[in-house]
Amino acid sequence: MADAFTLQRRRRAIHGWLLLAPSLVMLTAFAFYPSAATLWASLFSRGTRRRPAEFIGLENYGRLFDDPTFWLVATNNLLYAGVTIPLSIALALVMALWADARIPARSFVRTAYFTPTVLPMIAAANLWLFFYTPGFGVLDRIGGLFGAASVNWLGQPETALWAVSAVTVWKEAGFFMIFYLAALQTIPPDLREAAAIEGAGRWTYTRRVVLPLLMPTTLFILVNAMINSVKLIDHLFILTRGGPSDASKLILYYVWENAFAFFDRPAAAAMTVLVLAGLGTLAALQFLVIDRRTHYR
Amino acid sequence: MPEPQPAPGTAPAPTSTPGDAPADLPVDAPFVEAAGLTRQWNGAGGVADVSLAIPRGGFVSILGPSGCGKSTLLRLLAGLETPQAGSIRIDGRDMTHAPAAARGLSMVFQSYALFPHLSVAENILFGMRVRRAPRAERAARLAEAVAMLGLEGLERRRPAELSGGQRQRVALARAVVSGHPLCLMDEPLSNLDAKLRHSVRRDIKALQRRLGLTVVYVTHDQTEAMSLSDIVVLMRAGRVEQIAPPAALYAAPVSIFAAEFVGEPPMAMVQGAALGMPGRVVGIRPEKLRLAAPGAGDLTGRVVDVEFLGAGSRVVIEHAAARGLVASVAGAAGLAPGTEIGLCLPEDDRVLFDALTGRAERGPQQDRGAQDRQTGPRDGRKAPSPQPPEPQQSNL
Ligand SMILES: Nc1ncnc2c1ncn2[C@@H]1O[C@H](COP(=O)(O)OP(=O)(O)OP(=O)(O)O)[C@@H](O)[C@H]1O
Ligand SMILES: [Mg+2]
Repeated sequence: MADAFTLQRRRRAIHGWLLLAPSLVMLTAFAFYPSAATLWASLFSRGTRRRPAEFIGLENYGRLFDDPTFWLVATNNLLYAGVTIPLSIALALVMALWADARIPARSFVRTAYFTPTVLPMIAAANLWLFFYTPGFGVLDRIGGLFGAASVNWLGQPETALWAVSAVTVWKEAGFFMIFYLAALQTIPPDLREAAAIEGAGRWTYTRRVVLPLLMPTTLFILVNAMINSVKLIDHLFILTRGGPSDASKLILYYVWENAFAFFDRPAAAAMTVLVLAGLGTLAALQFLVIDRRTHYR
Repeated sequence: MPEPQPAPGTAPAPTSTPGDAPADLPVDAPFVEAAGLTRQWNGAGGVADVSLAIPRGGFVSILGPSGCGKSTLLRLLAGLETPQAGSIRIDGRDMTHAPAAARGLSMVFQSYALFPHLSVAENILFGMRVRRAPRAERAARLAEAVAMLGLEGLERRRPAELSGGQRQRVALARAVVSGHPLCLMDEPLSNLDAKLRHSVRRDIKALQRRLGLTVVYVTHDQTEAMSLSDIVVLMRAGRVEQIAPPAALYAAPVSIFAAEFVGEPPMAMVQGAALGMPGRVVGIRPEKLRLAAPGAGDLTGRVVDVEFLGAGSRVVIEHAAARGLVASVAGAAGLAPGTEIGLCLPEDDRVLFDALTGRAERGPQQDRGAQDRQTGPRDGRKAPSPQPPEPQQSNL
């Protein structure tokens, strides 16, 4: 009897592992192993033909902390995140509230807002290149109508980072709007009517009912926006290449430069590990702290 | 479930009781008055040309089959829907185009419409917070409402952590805490099981009495409407079929539709030809139908089924010229299915309808219902008459 029972259990266990296997294999091959390998690589010196790589502990990290460019790039990325995350979320929310209201040509509005998301980042960057180009770019043309001087948005250190951020906000807001729209649709319409009968105006209803009910969505979007603020750098390749004088350089771009332009793999690995650690901590914090205070049905 | 009987005490007073004030004095003016209300979608659905008057402190049910426009009518009164024609007066003021919040009413939704992210206390106080009522007043009113509806100890829970009946009571508490004299309810009990429905029904009625609320109550359940209300507004396909106190609606339906909608089981309909009254349909309530020996009564039918209900039995009878023939008899009937049986339809208890139009013909006993329909709803409780309703002639 006991044997049959054990057999049964074993069979179930095998069944479970089989079901897990595909994602386990994929995750191991493309996430776990690369992360571990990166961590490992960050502890070794840069190998050359004459001097093979050797274990040097945390020396790569030390070198990184002494590198002023790393700090500049980190600051840039913080500014970039600090601007793009709140702006894209706020814009997404406003657009969703508007596109959810009873307005004419509602589906057209929704489609229009969503279009940037469908474009590849490279295409979007090329589009914005036309906007930003000094002289005949759209922005300069419009500025020219009002007598403003031509501005080289991408070419001067003071504006380059903000110009790049604008593209990201433009690209991401439509995507986040879709999540907000979906969440708005799950709010039963009689809540609005109940609030209206209680004397709540449009703004009170939004602030007291809609926004709290959107909190779970906001949290989800926040995590995504945060990850994207590190991950989404494709447009840098088209727009500024991190310049001028590193003014618009972001961490991931710098990692790429280290790895594939300067061939300093250990430095790139160390930076990657730092980014991973930072993002992981933030995500954990968000889910543990904010999650407890948001309402889930 | 006891049948709503046309008891003498609940019969409406005659129109011209000496103590009655003239209709144009504000004392007697209806609290809520709708005239010619129309709201349709592409010329279909909704309600068309609905007029009704609701006295202050009255309990009015809007009754009708699914899709007949009950919710639309209620939402028009609430201001959640704008009428295409007609007007609404509440407490003497024209409210046709006033926003919902300005009408001084509260509403209990079929789905309760509780705010899922707020606790019970916050839900109940939502309106007061919006109106920025002082903290002390809020606390006092909350305590009062919570005690009134037996929600003690649940103040901090979220709606998701409550049972259906508790949610229902929170919705009621939110409605009463506002202090508005008018409360609209859209099928508030439809999500509850049968037992709970009975107890919450009593709670609602007790609350209405205690606070002197004017309640407009939408339901598709005729027992609910009959047992709760002073006045029933029976609707059919977007129009008012009959407005009458429950007893009058039961005794004197204005149409075959009304007769067959009200009562459990509803009125039986016999083709007039079988009773020597061609061109008519004869209605008879189950408790008025008398059983007799085969061949002895007005009709001879066949017993299909006997349902024993404890105190009495229902005998379901089949006859070619009739539908819905049921006789309520005391005790066990002792009849086997298939038996032939005679049926007596006492002349006085027959309700006559025109076979073509389906409208009731005005017999002596139907004047009462017809009169109620013309004069608008009246509050039966205000002028209880100890005597059985007098025949129409003595009033003239
Ligand atoms: N927003 C709307 N658009 C189009 N038609 C509508 C709308 N609201 C209601 N109707 C139509 O009006 C009619 C009455 O609807 P209503 O909701 O008032 O019915 P009801 O009597 O409350 O029914 P139920 O008992 O099923 O709730 C229905 O035929 C419905 O299809
Ligand atoms: Mg309805």
